[in-house]
Amino acid sequence: MSEQTNLLTRQQIAARAAQDMEDGWLVNLGIGMPTMIPAFIPKDRDVMFHSENGLIGMGPPPAEGEADQDLISAGKELVTMISGGSYVHHTDSFAIARGGRLDCAVLGAFQVAVNGDLCNWRLPNQTSGSVGGAMDIAAGSKRVFAMMSHTARDGAAKIVAERTYPLTAMQVVTKIYTDMAVISVTPDGLILNEVAPGLTADEVQAVTDAPLNMDDVGTINVAA
Amino acid sequence: MKNKKSATLEQAVGRIQDGATLLVGGFGQPGVPEILIDGVCDLRRRDLTIVTNNAGTGHSGIARLIEEGCVSRLICSFPWAKESFVFKELYDAGKIELEIVPQGTLAERMRTAGAGLGGFLTPTGVGTDLADGKKTMTVDGKDYVLEKPLRGDFALIKAYQTDPRGNLIYRKTARNFNPIMAMASDFTIVEVQEDVPIDALDPEIIVTPGVFVDTYYVTGWYEIGKERNA
Repeated sequence: MSEQTNLLTRQQIAARAAQDMEDGWLVNLGIGMPTMIPAFIPKDRDVMFHSENGLIGMGPPPAEGEADQDLISAGKELVTMISGGSYVHHTDSFAIARGGRLDCAVLGAFQVAVNGDLCNWRLPNQTSGSVGGAMDIAAGSKRVFAMMSHTARDGAAKIVAERTYPLTAMQVVTKIYTDMAVISVTPDGLILNEVAPGLTADEVQAVTDAPLNMDDVGTINVAA
Repeated sequence: MKNKKSATLEQAVGRIQDGATLLVGGFGQPGVPEILIDGVCDLRRRDLTIVTNNAGTGHSGIARLIEEGCVSRLICSFPWAKESFVFKELYDAGKIELEIVPQGTLAERMRTAGAGLGGFLTPTGVGTDLADGKKTMTVDGKDYVLEKPLRGDFALIKAYQTDPRGNLIYRKTARNFNPIMAMASDFTIVEVQEDVPIDALDPEIIVTPGVFVDTYYVTGWYEIGKERNA
């Protein structure tokens, strides 16, 4: 089985997603794996990060002795602000999200459907979940990228023909980054853009519950 | 000129009664008015509805209020965090009700209340469980959920500096919900790190004008998230 050895690490998925953050973008990052993206943004690219708790221009974690208890990310980690950043209150922060000022949101996901439906806030067997800002950000961002393991821990496909999990936002995901592949979500269906080194397109298709267009498949560059 | 300063903590929070709805500022720990919350705990109020983003951290702040049995209902966006174990325990025991509201909707519902509006239409939550039972409308071909205003009897907020009129500025991400909650209650109580003389704050940078503030209590700087209820 190739899956054991050829899956990308979380860092490698973050590095691959970082390559697609374009110069000049304002980007919101969901809790978990997406927060690893900033470290991999090429130095010559001006990408700003929005944290929905009121921070535009989120920077890296503070150096030893420079933490400020009043400066955290939406994931409640101590962070810094970059030059040219600003603070806003919550309704302005979410005006940025719903008002179309976020060029991209990179969010974790439990399930993504062929039509772009995003499910990431509650598991089906839970009566309640922590929605946070996920619904606002997913509904309002210009682009939503999903970043996740390709399959669930039990091996079930997370990329599906029709969602079975509770919905976060309808028809919003346009790109999926996993430990196996990069996939575009288009009105014509899913397009397999790249596979992890050592994997074949057929191996990715085998754990994806929806047809993948495999006309032009590259290999994920993990050297970057 | 009226000075809005409360000389004691009890004077600041004393008018809060059992059964009141409290808007409580903060996201995570920054901006949580921990000292005011301690004051409410000391009053042993019961049956409070708390509107706030998180369900408390450790044993301090909102978590202390919940742990001491003051809260019967919580309206928030992010209840299930590992640090909110106190809330989970009481929720699992059926001792506290929960309403989950998307974070941007939570903020805007309070802003709407403060602005004297009857509600708003948001694309957030369309087609989801959290829109169940709510009216949806289509405007210019796009679907929206109708959300209603959310008002508090009291707002308990935290600011960095105030002048005697209650004009406020905040610190970094401790701003969060605080300016919004100040607008959305019948009586807004501020805990503030320091008070400064009139005219000391540049009017151009005031975030919350004193018109939204009823009283303030000066706490000085303190390390957030520490247990003080020994």
